[in-house]
Amino acid sequence: MSTDAPAEPKSEIGEINKYNFRTETTGVFKAKKGINRDIVNQISDIKNEPDWMREFRLRSLDIFESKPMPKWGGSIDIDFQDIFYYLKPTDHQGKTWDDVPQEIKDTFDKLGIPEAEKKFLAGVKAQFESEVVYGSLEEDLAKKGVIFTDTDTAVREHPELLREYFGKIIPPEDNKFAALNSAVWSGGSFIYIPKGVSIDFPLQAYFRINAESMGQFERTLILVDEGANVHYVEGCTAPMYSTESLHSAVVEVVVKRNARCRYTTIQNWANNIYNLVTKRAYAYGDATMEWVDGNLGSKLTMKYPAVHMMEPGARGEILSIAFSSAGQHQDAGAKLVHEAPNTTGQIISKSISKNGGRSSYRGLVSVHPGAHNSKNNVVCDALILDAESRSDTYPYIEVSEQDVQIGHEASVSRIGEEQMFYLLSRGLTEQEASTMIVNGFIEPLVKELPMEYAIEMNRLIQLQMEGSVG
Amino acid sequence: MTHVLKIEDLHVSVGDKPILRGVNLTLNHGETHALMGPNGSGKSTLGLAIMGHPGYEVTSGSITLDGKDVLEMAPDERARAGIFMAFQRPMAIPGVKMADFLRHATTNVRRPDRKEGEELIPMREFRKELREKMEHLRMDSEFARRYVNDGFSGGEMKRAEILQLAMLQPKFAVLDETDSGLDADAVRLASESIADIGHQKMGLLIITHHDKLLEHNPPDFTHVMLGGRLVETGGKELAEELHQHGYDRIRKAYPDAEALNQKLLAEEAEEALA
Ligand SMILES: Nc1ncnc2c1ncn2[C@@H]1O[C@H](COP(=O)(O)OP(=O)(O)OP(=O)(O)O)[C@@H](O)[C@H]1O
Ligand SMILES: [Mg+2]
Repeated sequence: MSTDAPAEPKSEIGEINKYNFRTETTGVFKAKKGINRDIVNQISDIKNEPDWMREFRLRSLDIFESKPMPKWGGSIDIDFQDIFYYLKPTDHQGKTWDDVPQEIKDTFDKLGIPEAEKKFLAGVKAQFESEVVYGSLEEDLAKKGVIFTDTDTAVREHPELLREYFGKIIPPEDNKFAALNSAVWSGGSFIYIPKGVSIDFPLQAYFRINAESMGQFERTLILVDEGANVHYVEGCTAPMYSTESLHSAVVEVVVKRNARCRYTTIQNWANNIYNLVTKRAYAYGDATMEWVDGNLGSKLTMKYPAVHMMEPGARGEILSIAFSSAGQHQDAGAKLVHEAPNTTGQIISKSISKNGGRSSYRGLVSVHPGAHNSKNNVVCDALILDAESRSDTYPYIEVSEQDVQIGHEASVSRIGEEQMFYLLSRGLTEQEASTMIVNGFIEPLVKELPMEYAIEMNRLIQLQMEGSVG
Repeated sequence: MTHVLKIEDLHVSVGDKPILRGVNLTLNHGETHALMGPNGSGKSTLGLAIMGHPGYEVTSGSITLDGKDVLEMAPDERARAGIFMAFQRPMAIPGVKMADFLRHATTNVRRPDRKEGEELIPMREFRKELREKMEHLRMDSEFARRYVNDGFSGGEMKRAEILQLAMLQPKFAVLDETDSGLDADAVRLASESIADIGHQKMGLLIITHHDKLLEHNPPDFTHVMLGGRLVETGGKELAEELHQHGYDRIRKAYPDAEALNQKLLAEEAEEALA
């Protein structure tokens, strides 16, 4: 049973959300609204968790309650007692496509999951509300010893890895939203790539918020062992609702010596969602960690993927794209922490603001004592499409070492009349011309995406641009 | 019916500064016209006004294409109606590949009624045609993957403009100093290619300070612009005369226009210093 009717009338022109539909779900279990010890205990009971995890959740709840709201970033207006923290749509995880309930398939159909399924039968996992309900893993991946599962299952089946790494990269003390996630987390992916194993296609997951006022608190942990290589892709979309929803994920990544990990996210949230995510990676000797982060939609996004370069030769690269439109604030950026000598970091950030949207770049580059001969370069470019829109840059640099190279370039531009005229004179309409200029602006990042995500990104930009001119 | 682009008593201002002061020119399909004149006389302004640049305001006069009012049309509609201009200074569009840009442009110009979002020319068909035309212009196939005019050398930019002329096949084309920035061999190639693409197949208005571009495109008419007006029109021997002897005779013969030209140049110099 599904309806295509948006929950509220379409707002302004240009505010088109491709995934503006909802599917009725009959959740098997829905915890009460609000957050307290009972709710947290209940989540742990239902998941049948070991004591260490229950204690971790309860400790995190205390930390959440004692921490103040962040004083920087955007303005957050959330009633934490008016949110559902847990909803379990089906009581078991689908093994094959046939096992997945029809109403959930309807949602996946609209999201284009079956196409992704066809292409990447091996790696697709999908999260519907709080639990991973469908996922498949190609056999030879399993033979290579790769683990790709949801984090709940991992707690049961891989306790030794979880106890060693879970909550170690991002402890609940880190910030209020990391503490909240640690208390009520559900779902998310757990990936382990054994030594020397290289996966030459991207592993993918889809995330999606559905029930109104429901927070989604997925928890992802990726361990890339020495000399291994993986590219993980996560795409997020959400239907539009009138009450505000909260998405607050935690993603922890460990990249061991000589290993490589790229984590790509394209998020297109509905315009009423708070998207407050903590992402951090530790990169060891000669390892490379890359975050590719595309943020569209949402009411407020605060997200600063981080790489800590722990040992000599580590590299951290962060590519970020933000697109903000009416009523939206993208406070996105990056953190690079040089903790060892000869480490290299790069941040490239591109933001587009339209129809009164606001994009901020907030970045931290930190060079610790002893991290000599480190290099860091930051480039952030903003494109502002009209006079109502806004862009800010907040670069923070802390350097405790002499022998380092640090570069920072920032530019703000508007679509030039001459560029526009050039394209019009070749027969392109204003709409096509401005879309082309915006796509050109983010092209250096889009070309880093896997093919179908690059196409999707260009399509999303096109939808965002529609009705913006003339 | 042969197509006609007709310009009558055209006055154009930039800001509140009058630049063109009554230009009359009839360009028939199949004809080649040379447009000459000293720096700052208004040649590019005429081209940009024909194409519809928003900074160039037509204060009076008319431009029609087969009797239809061109001034009513937005620049993209003019392009789809068959008007083209190769720019003296083409704009860079970073991040946009030549091939993607050209596929869009070619589709729109060939199918003027296409609605936004409808299919483009099939990729294979387009690629094949583009490859052939690029080979013809002795352009490296790598060129199609470069970003539009981004980091192009002066010569590459002009060659890219000729490639666009070849792909878009307009009825009328203004070529604004398509020879500047090209070395001697490249100018010869440009002259041949333009003749190949457009001579007697389009109405060409070739703006140039040299004679090489006209070698393969002998003009049916040569116009001389001075102080925002066409002061003299002749055949191809006029172009030859101006190449050999410069504009002294013209300046002396039309002292009023010469005074206006000097005034504009002086103002330009002043603005540059300010
Ligand atoms: N965008 C502009 N802003 C200000 N002045 C302009 C602009 N475009 C043209 N002009 C002025 O109009 C006059 C004519 O310029 P135009 O570029 O048409 O000359 P031209 O004949 O093409 O010269 P050249 O041979 O040097 O290319 C000049 O005085 C120039 O400064
Ligand atoms: Mg000129």
